[in-house]
Amino acid sequence: MNQKRTVFQKYIPALVLLVTLCLSFSLQAQDGKALFNNKCASCHAIDKKLVGPALKGVEDRWDDKAMLYDWVRNSAAVIKKGYPRAVAVYNEYNKVQMTAFPELKDADIDAILGYINTGGAKKDEGASTAAAGGADKAGDDDANLLYGILTLILAVIALILLQVNSNLRKMSDETEGTASAEPIPFYRNKAYIAIFAILLFLGGGYLTFQGAQGLGRSKNYQPEQPIYYSHTVHAGVNQISCLYCHGGAQESKHANIPSVNVCMNCHMGINEYAKGPKIYREDGTEVDGTAEIQKLYKFAGWNPDTKQYSGEGKPIEWIRIHNLPDHVYFNHAQHVNAGKQQCQTCHGEIQKMDEVYQFSDLSMGWCVNCHRETKVQFTDNKFYSIYEKFHEDMKNNKLDSVTVEKIGGTECQKCHY
Amino acid sequence: MKQKKYWQSFGELKSSENYQERVQDEFGEDLSTDNQDLMGATAPRRDFLKYLGFSTAAAAAAASCEMPVKKSIPYLNKPDSIIPGIPNYYATTYVMDGDAVPVVAKVRDGRPIKIEGNELSAITKGGTSARVQASVLGLYDTARLRYPLAAGKEVSTFDAFDKLVAEGMAKASGSVVLLTGSISSVTTRQVIAQFLAKFPGSKHVQYDALSVSGLLNANAATFGNRAVPSYDFSKAKTIVSLGADFLGTWLSPVEYARQYAAGRKIDQKNPEMSKHIQFESMLSMTGANADDRFVHLPSEEGAVALALYAALGGSVSAPALADERLKKGINMTAASLKASGSASLVVSGSNDTQVQIIVNAINNLLGAYGNTIDWSATLNTRQGDDAAMVQLVQEMNEGKVGALLIQGVNPAYDYCDSKKFESGLAKVAVSVSFNDREDETSVLCKFQIPDHHFLESWGDAEIKTGYLSFIQPTIAPLFKTRAFQTSLLKWSGDQQAYGAYFKAYWLNRFGSQSAWDKALQDGVVETAASASAGSFNGTAVSAAATAIAGVKSPAGKQLVLYPKVAIGSGKEANNPWLQEMPDPITKATWDNYAIISFATAKELGIVVDDNYEVEVTKPVIKIKVGQTEMSLPVLVIPGMHKDVIAVALGYGRSEKSGRASANVGQNVFPLVSFNGSTFSYAAGSVAVEKTATTFKLAYTQTHNQYEGRDEVVREYALSTFKKNPTILADERHKLVEDYASNTGDYAAEGTLYPSHPYPGAKWGMSIDLNSCIGCGACTVACTSENNVAVVGKSEVLRAHEMHWLRIDRYFATYRDDSGNDNLDDLNVVFMPMLCQHCDNAPCENVCPVNATNHSSEGLNQMTYNRCIGTRYCANNCPYKVRRFNWSDYMGADSFADNQKAILDDSVMMMNEDLTRMVLNPDVTVRSRGVIEKCSFCVQRLQEGKLKAKKENRPLETGADGKWDIKTACQQACPTSAIVFGNVNDKNSPVTKIRSEEQTNRVFYSLEQIHVLPGVNYLAKIRNTDRHVGVAEEAHHAAAPAGEHASEPKTEAAH
Repeated sequence: MNQKRTVFQKYIPALVLLVTLCLSFSLQAQDGKALFNNKCASCHAIDKKLVGPALKGVEDRWDDKAMLYDWVRNSAAVIKKGYPRAVAVYNEYNKVQMTAFPELKDADIDAILGYINTGGAKKDEGASTAAAGGADKAGDDDANLLYGILTLILAVIALILLQVNSNLRKMSDETEGTASAEPIPFYRNKAYIAIFAILLFLGGGYLTFQGAQGLGRSKNYQPEQPIYYSHTVHAGVNQISCLYCHGGAQESKHANIPSVNVCMNCHMGINEYAKGPKIYREDGTEVDGTAEIQKLYKFAGWNPDTKQYSGEGKPIEWIRIHNLPDHVYFNHAQHVNAGKQQCQTCHGEIQKMDEVYQFSDLSMGWCVNCHRETKVQFTDNKFYSIYEKFHEDMKNNKLDSVTVEKIGGTECQKCHY
Repeated sequence: MKQKKYWQSFGELKSSENYQERVQDEFGEDLSTDNQDLMGATAPRRDFLKYLGFSTAAAAAAASCEMPVKKSIPYLNKPDSIIPGIPNYYATTYVMDGDAVPVVAKVRDGRPIKIEGNELSAITKGGTSARVQASVLGLYDTARLRYPLAAGKEVSTFDAFDKLVAEGMAKASGSVVLLTGSISSVTTRQVIAQFLAKFPGSKHVQYDALSVSGLLNANAATFGNRAVPSYDFSKAKTIVSLGADFLGTWLSPVEYARQYAAGRKIDQKNPEMSKHIQFESMLSMTGANADDRFVHLPSEEGAVALALYAALGGSVSAPALADERLKKGINMTAASLKASGSASLVVSGSNDTQVQIIVNAINNLLGAYGNTIDWSATLNTRQGDDAAMVQLVQEMNEGKVGALLIQGVNPAYDYCDSKKFESGLAKVAVSVSFNDREDETSVLCKFQIPDHHFLESWGDAEIKTGYLSFIQPTIAPLFKTRAFQTSLLKWSGDQQAYGAYFKAYWLNRFGSQSAWDKALQDGVVETAASASAGSFNGTAVSAAATAIAGVKSPAGKQLVLYPKVAIGSGKEANNPWLQEMPDPITKATWDNYAIISFATAKELGIVVDDNYEVEVTKPVIKIKVGQTEMSLPVLVIPGMHKDVIAVALGYGRSEKSGRASANVGQNVFPLVSFNGSTFSYAAGSVAVEKTATTFKLAYTQTHNQYEGRDEVVREYALSTFKKNPTILADERHKLVEDYASNTGDYAAEGTLYPSHPYPGAKWGMSIDLNSCIGCGACTVACTSENNVAVVGKSEVLRAHEMHWLRIDRYFATYRDDSGNDNLDDLNVVFMPMLCQHCDNAPCENVCPVNATNHSSEGLNQMTYNRCIGTRYCANNCPYKVRRFNWSDYMGADSFADNQKAILDDSVMMMNEDLTRMVLNPDVTVRSRGVIEKCSFCVQRLQEGKLKAKKENRPLETGADGKWDIKTACQQACPTSAIVFGNVNDKNSPVTKIRSEEQTNRVFYSLEQIHVLPGVNYLAKIRNTDRHVGVAEEAHHAAAPAGEHASEPKTEAAH
């Protein structure tokens, strides 16, 4: 009995420490990644220049970390102060001001930096080989694997040390002539079994919970579509506005996949894919753009030679990628028109996706997070004039901005009715 | 071992072989009840755990393995006017069963899903009725005939059908007769004329199942115009109705309800309102709204009119009336009418020509013509001629009719002598039915070629002279149907389709495409003529008086046949929304029944005790009229004449009429009689006897009790209110003194809970009990807007109905000094009851999972996906407005039809793919096991707010008549009793009502329990000299009347 207690006393704290360490590592990485994707990814990549610079090694470039924090929260203020690195970046990128993120705390920024330093590197390796879809998932998995192996090694070491310890004690007991109980093999040691069971329970529970929560979520879902339609070519290279095709996003709850007649507006004239960059499928085969345009003609019932419609077209059966559960009401117009959100905020860098994949997990936590952080067009949109008290507070500097949450944007019946 | 046994069925008790076999099936075994040997029990713990484990794993596997692949299929060529997700609205017209109401259909992604009133119409000003609201479901009726039939077999093409009919008509000898309901369409009348011209000797007979021939004939006799003039109830200071249910079913109820309510709205500074006196035999919805009400026998309807005419100074001798109260009432009415002079209006619901002639004479004497009655515009929706119909049936039997074309009428069901009609029909060589389903008449016809639903049609309706309302299709025809006008055109040799014919006609009449487009867009084109009194010719009056004086009251009980507000003549009986809408008076659903008085119940030996209302099993009585016998369950209702039995028409439809209407109630049209010139909807000398059988009636008024709290409604006499305008306000002020003596802030001081801040909008509703007539349009509108489930009769019997908005009906009677209850002196109050969105909501703090909570806009929000179904909230709701999904009513379960054996077939019909097209895609379909309730139409709130945001402007909630948001009930209400808006907006009507306009009538239901409702009511004011409200000696506080009757218990429990 006595002995048992010592075992518990000794090893339980170590175990707790171990578990906490593992969890905290993955938590930080997780947070950093989410934050990076939410806040940074629409303008930055880790080692590629986009709208803004590649963020790899950003900590080294900024000698004053406090200044970096300030820059993220409000870049204009830092430029005003005349901090040389800030001014240099500002000038280098055509004086495009970085969006301010006043809601990010130091810890959040650390998490993002942590993600850039760790997972980010591997993410890009993955991205260069595979199509953009599975990229950051792969990076993340690698990191987790590393932590897993580390944990395992530490656990084995701990086990060996325990065994050594018990052997030593046994030997010392023997030398001292004290009678000792018959040694119990570790797999029958009740303490070990208990620890193992607890670990199994915690691990299993965590995985079950994660799995259950993930049911119905399909982040990175990238189905093969009836026509290989490249958003890179249309929205990226040719800079066609998203709303040209998805005009419903301004007006309706649905952004709407364009009808075939919208495609034909341009493709009546554009009947071959010749000048653009080469497009590759996931498996590395090249996409014949012209053949894909021919597929469109078939759907439209268009004869490119005679330039006539046969009248025998049929609609294209696209595979739906973004699915919300039936009990969720989501309105594109609310976000795009009233909220002035960029498409990329939720859909990722769509202008760089050949085939579209689901960028965000579209979970409720993801929605609510954004609603907590995003500011509404409080002074610009006259609708909000009815919030007299908030306007008053803003005038008196008691309030600097109004988030979606503040006007009830996280209440149940804003999305569920 | 002897085992105690519980059993559910006889099979189980007797342990029959068959039963033993059955219990071997899966999940069939008994629960283990013995506690001695658990392992030896039939279902030991281990088995239980095994099953539990297996079913959990199976469910997990079934639910989670793979996400289904969904497709997004955009248009090939998207029409310009359609943006998926944005509804389009098309103005059209509801024309059915004698009602014509200009409406606007909401079309979402190509499907009409909601009907609203057309606010541009001067006739209805956007009002609707329950039937109008429910009509959209009729489009998706599964019983609709889907293709033309010849001799019961499908005909593949319309051309083949035309050929068959043409061959038949060529061979047939005898006249061609077109039998329709009242035709108010200009172009259709022209098409019919064209058709009749093609066939010499042919004729057109208009037949209304609910006839007003008596009124038409009387007008022909006294004004030389067989038509219905325009009535204006808003101009009348005294309204006298002799049995006309003008708010519910008579002529043009939506129009009259609006006018009536205009005269009943109270201006606080100058409280005046019209006086409404009702004489009737049974308690109708209109009678329930009357200030004073007198009952008489159906056979006395002429005598009452004549007595009134005599009392007003008409040169007739008044017949003797036995009832003292009735006589006093007639004198009182005459005095009131005289005082109002030409601002009077007397209407009669009688279908007897003589009675209507006397009523015309009364109106003429008062000078009502040209003032409250206008002959410049006549109502075209009721033109049926009873005598012509009777003659047609005679001719059919004599073999004189060669071809009979039937459109929109169903005489085999609703003609008084349907047997004779059927035998006549058998003798007609070519019988064609254009009816939309295989109804009682159609199945007897040789040819059936279904007409479109009105939402699929082109058309027009000249509701009144000069008041045009157009019909345009809102969806392509769902089935192989054809406009009946097209058929007539084709068969008369005109090859064009009716749609083209119709457009050409109106384009020509309007002169330009733009004018025509505008007309079609607005839906209505109205040209009002100046009022005309017509020229009254009184020569028929004395003959009518003589005829009436000769009527003898037969001995025994008398029968009244009446149409229900929801069902009417039964044409839309296969509409589950209408079937499940509680009748305004009886609150019964899914049936017709014999309504009897307490006196009759006593005579028959039916015990009406405290349990009477709670017990759903009702005794059945047998009534015998002439040779016709009928057994019907009884409902005892106060306000009936003691010797009158009333039964609703429109029930007892055939099997093929649809799954919701088949075999619901009984058809009492065979009890209608023909008196030589018109149909009579009453009968004398009725033999009644109680039978030993019983029948279960599903009625809702005994559900949702207020636990004895009686401060729910408030009612005052106009004189009391004038004398003491602050009678209610003072009482409310006392509440503040009692509970918030320190700060005077009742809301904040009366509770321990913190109050909610409402930084932006705060939604509130005001309901005027003076305007509410109890018609139920709001209930059906709510059902339609919010995907409220139909539960079927079996579930209503178990108090499982799902209506988010119900209309509570209160009876109030008074006790005289000797302790007797005076059942004649009856007040009826209607009170719409819905979630009150309390600011201090009792439901919110009992929810263990926070599935119901408060929004920053004052909504009591219900989150279905969080709800785990404890129903604590429903228990704790003082208003009993929360509804629980006891079953999978909406088919939301992933296993289709798994409720088939449990729920009525009518519920399963609602879950067919076709019927589900009516669902509002913006509102979640609720699954089993969750609570739901009124959401203040939150989807409309969100839509309205977004509209304002998109247009970069503040929200409009009614100030200056601009509305971004109206709730479904508010929009449907024909009397504008419901006002909804932002109470934080000082200019919104709801705020003005509360703070300026109606401060003396505003009250909150059960205000003293401090739940701080978001819905206020305006007290009911009755323009009467009788005692109204609670007698002081009877109760310490002003409680709603009705609490105090005891023997017999007259009050149907709240």
